[in-house]
Amino acid sequence: MATKIKPKLAVWKFASCDGCQLSLLDCEDELLDVVGEIDIANFPEASRAVVKGPYDLSLVEGSITTAHDAERIHKVRRASKVLVTIGACATAGGIQALRNFADVKAFTSIVYASPQYIETLTTSTPISNHVAVDFELRGCPINKLQLVEVISAFLTGRKPVTPPHAVCVECKLRGTPCVMVAHGTPCLGPVTHAGCNAICPSYNRGCYGCFGPKETPNTESLASQWQKLGSDDPGIVRAFRGFNAYAEPFRKESEIHER
Amino acid sequence: MKGSRTIKVDYLARVEGEGALYVKVKDGKISDLKFRIFEPPRFFEAFLRGRDFREAPDITARICGICPIAYQMSSINAMEAICEVSVDKQIRDLRRLIYCGEWIESHALHVYMLHAPDFLGYEDAIQMAKDLPNEVKQALRLKKVGNDLMAIIGGREIHPVNMRVGGFYKAPEKADFAEIKEELEWAKEASLATIKLVASFTFPDFDREYEYVSLQHPDEYPLHDGRLVSSRGLDIAVNEYEQYFVEEHVKHSHALHSYIKERGAYFVGPLARYNLNFDKLTPACQKAAKAAGIAPEVHNPFKSIIVRAVETLYAVEEALRIIKKYEKPDRPYVDVTPRAGVGCGCSEAPRGICWHRYRIDERGIIQDAKIVPPTSQNQKTIEEDLRQFVPRHLRLSDEKLTWQCEQAVRNYDPCISCATHFLKLQIERE
Repeated sequence: MATKIKPKLAVWKFASCDGCQLSLLDCEDELLDVVGEIDIANFPEASRAVVKGPYDLSLVEGSITTAHDAERIHKVRRASKVLVTIGACATAGGIQALRNFADVKAFTSIVYASPQYIETLTTSTPISNHVAVDFELRGCPINKLQLVEVISAFLTGRKPVTPPHAVCVECKLRGTPCVMVAHGTPCLGPVTHAGCNAICPSYNRGCYGCFGPKETPNTESLASQWQKLGSDDPGIVRAFRGFNAYAEPFRKESEIHER
Repeated sequence: MKGSRTIKVDYLARVEGEGALYVKVKDGKISDLKFRIFEPPRFFEAFLRGRDFREAPDITARICGICPIAYQMSSINAMEAICEVSVDKQIRDLRRLIYCGEWIESHALHVYMLHAPDFLGYEDAIQMAKDLPNEVKQALRLKKVGNDLMAIIGGREIHPVNMRVGGFYKAPEKADFAEIKEELEWAKEASLATIKLVASFTFPDFDREYEYVSLQHPDEYPLHDGRLVSSRGLDIAVNEYEQYFVEEHVKHSHALHSYIKERGAYFVGPLARYNLNFDKLTPACQKAAKAAGIAPEVHNPFKSIIVRAVETLYAVEEALRIIKKYEKPDRPYVDVTPRAGVGCGCSEAPRGICWHRYRIDERGIIQDAKIVPPTSQNQKTIEEDLRQFVPRHLRLSDEKLTWQCEQAVRNYDPCISCATHFLKLQIERE
């Protein structure tokens, strides 16, 4: 029997919580099938074995926050045929991008007694600010079924199906009554990228935007709706400055309400 | 033994986060040892300032994708302490239940996928699956039981959305637990099989004297709240933590070290909980521990894998106990009005106590935050273990010794992403 040469998968970590790469191990029902089709060549969270590059598919988790990582991502790019970012950190800079709106020196001295030992950039930036990215998978964390979709799409040479419409569409599909209309609960769903299957509204709370901006989001209109529901400017700033604070539409809207 | 040897692991595998290990041995003695953490700082404590107190659970969850419930629970405990709110038994039980899910998921992940391969000589669980397919399938199913439990209550397994200050956004229906109940019954058997399996591993002789620290509760095994106790007589309220424990940014170590004042390193996690609370385990857990050949006190960190398996059984039994008598609360949360003040919260992450302190103003805006994750507390103990372990095992080949050093670090299930502020640890002692 001829041995099938399997495509090589690598998983890379930058500044992050490890949750998105854990999603791969959380595919309990699919994991053994996935490794049947793909050679996990570099995945330190799961294995001490490392197979040399180049890699057919690289999944990149985390944002760029140090000079060393800003170099390292170029090496990852060079070693990867296809590079996919997974999650809000890699795709938008993550929650740690809140430093981009503040003075990092002050941040460092709040956390560390001897700030002079800490080497860090003043910003947390998405991978696409540094290298070409072939596909961005959204979410904080990513949806593991979407991860399986991305890997399968790659294996069969097609584009992954991850609709860029609003979370609202998912609420309608699952029959969740609108929390803004029915309960007056502020919700980021109308401007947030689908993919989580609208979990928060189904738990009686507003979406907090962990999948980042949808295609063509009307953040201005949503912000004025939030004001009608009683949110003040600092509250609106905080809402847009969450796990995707540095994604442009959210960043711009937050800056308008900061003035 | 003459001559100089260097053991180097540039990227420590099968841990959560980025760490490295460097040990230099000269003439049979360690001349240099570095357990280096190069996880970049993310500044949670800084950007929490100015956020609403109700945001803390969702924000701090992002410190760690492996144990988000620990961060959510500890921050909620702290906020409720500040606002002088207490929840009723039903909400309390639901919190324990989702926490059981996190323990099952995290322990199954660590026992089978991160640690067992060391004992059995595999690079990873996927290679292990070729020879032991049933065990790996059992591991994945067990892990899924934990994840499913978290998803039923929390909406998803990583960064669940349902926990809030005061309770839950929505209480599950009794019927939501129908299927998982059967899976938990299976998990009880699977946990027993797991205990048996890991007890059959070979363990290096490595008993040490540690000061163990865990939460303690008068009538339950510690999970989501309680007092802080230690094996050397400490017995304090959670808000007294800073009077006894210190975090220090050491000049030559580039790290925040946690230690007990005037005593030094301490040990948190499964072994600490087990040694301090054995009497609170269920009879089935105690019996299984005995059958596995471990005493009510275990002082060999390599055997933490057995204790982790025993705790998995505990979490399964506790989850079943709560589900069997679960009645949906009338209201899923109590109202919380912010008031200016300082408060602390602590809970038992799968890998040990996770301690938080916040100061909020009368509007509920966070003024100050301090978070002490479990791994930074174990870090000093991990180094001390390595300093003792290496000289005793110099006869091993470099390859084997390196692997065993890695294994010794993995005894602690270190979560380096959690340890927001111990990047770049270097130990230089000549």
